[in-house]
Amino acid sequence: MKRFFDSELETFRTHLLFMGEKAMEQVRQALKALVEGNISLADQVIAADDEIDRLEVRIDDEAIRYMNLRAPIATELRLVIVGMKASHDLERVGDEATSIAKRAVKLAAEPPLKPYVDIPRMADIALEMLRDALACFLHGDEAKAMAVVRRDSEVDSINKQLYRELTSYMIERPQSISRALELMFISKSIERIADHATNIAEEMVFLAHAKDIRHSEELKKGGGAPGV
Amino acid sequence: MVNATDTLSTQPMEPFSAAATRTINVPAARSAVLPPAQTLIAIDQLDFYYGAKQALFDVNLALDEKRVTAFIGPSGCGKSTLLRCINRMNDLIDGTAIKRGSIKIREIDIHRKDIDPIELRKRVGMVFQKSNPFPKSIYENITYGLRIQGIAKKTRLDEVVEKSLRGAALWDEVKDRLHESGLGLSGGQQQRLCIARAIAVDPEVLLMDEPCSALDPIATAKVEELIHELKKQFTIIIVTHSMQQAARCSDKTAFFYMGKLIEYADTRTIFMNPANPQTEAYVSGRFG
Repeated sequence: MKRFFDSELETFRTHLLFMGEKAMEQVRQALKALVEGNISLADQVIAADDEIDRLEVRIDDEAIRYMNLRAPIATELRLVIVGMKASHDLERVGDEATSIAKRAVKLAAEPPLKPYVDIPRMADIALEMLRDALACFLHGDEAKAMAVVRRDSEVDSINKQLYRELTSYMIERPQSISRALELMFISKSIERIADHATNIAEEMVFLAHAKDIRHSEELKKGGGAPGV
Repeated sequence: MVNATDTLSTQPMEPFSAAATRTINVPAARSAVLPPAQTLIAIDQLDFYYGAKQALFDVNLALDEKRVTAFIGPSGCGKSTLLRCINRMNDLIDGTAIKRGSIKIREIDIHRKDIDPIELRKRVGMVFQKSNPFPKSIYENITYGLRIQGIAKKTRLDEVVEKSLRGAALWDEVKDRLHESGLGLSGGQQQRLCIARAIAVDPEVLLMDEPCSALDPIATAKVEELIHELKKQFTIIIVTHSMQQAARCSDKTAFFYMGKLIEYADTRTIFMNPANPQTEAYVSGRFG
């Protein structure tokens, strides 16, 4: 039986997915602005962050209203809580995209240090992780969520590799320091985006099974979710 | 002269409170499991009939000692019927019969021929949906059961009255008017008086059939708080239509539907991640 307030939950879910799409688009555009040295595109990304912030406030408001009026239980309760937490992660993803766009503006003023290969590759993985994590929210695919969690180390290792590479650049060519630093921060931002995707994926496992897999050593070694 | 910078660099910073210096042992969240309890009441393959109509179908349930178990389910699902089986209140209704199965308390079948239902009800007290104090004084309400048992010594009765009223969190409110009518109390106080009357005879089990359904939120909170205290001493079984109340008060929850036990688990599991979709649908308000 579909209740009249089921539509409230549907709206909540739709808004969260919409916010996810927006956050992913912001990251894509920020990367495009970086690679193409496109300042006006970077400015658009910076300006569009407000919309993501407004969506976060709206999703919180809807969640609080639903909890207040409907006292949700079981899956509904988990859905509302997970939705709220995911929206905070997405808001942070939006902030990282803005940060990348701001650094893209600075980098556009100088010739590129080297061709952009690793950073777009890293961003592609982070975006895939984010998409898969959000897809779990839509389809409840827990295996996919677990795969996202395990993929985080891939992004971490590219970030570390870039860090080493950029450090060498700075030692060898001091005139590259400011550009190398900007790239290091961008790499860190992408690494953080992957972390947010991981957080969302972990919450999706909680949504599906009411099992908290955060900070699980077993999982980091590649095992399954405890008790799932 | 000591300047501000010196003070900052040499003085250890005061913690905000003593708590800041203590090591806090944070229990693992979302996985709290109750310590094991002993089974007090064992219900085995129970089939119960009102005349030709079967009301309970093959119910198997082990109820823990000194724990609160909630029975939930839509109206007519058999939860109150089962509750009334536990102290044989159904014996008072014509045509009722247990055609199969048993209920054992401490491994003794309560339907055995030599078991006196009156004696059983002393051990298994009951509190009803609507408070039903006797039209007597508060004092006499409490001592009624004891007087029937032949206890007449005033000091003993006084002692039980105070102990029971304190146990029911009512003593401070009524200690100066023990000899006034119980009917003069508010609804919430009357319900707590009935709880005091039930515990006065020192039962092992307390059955509560929707004890808060006629109470306002403040009186409900008091009764719920009381349930929390009483479980240290008694085994409590509560029938409730309030999901939030079951979630707040009970350690274990049994969900019934159309006379069958659908799911029985830790309350946390029932309300966070029930195994059966019917349970999930009911606790989320999708049917019933």
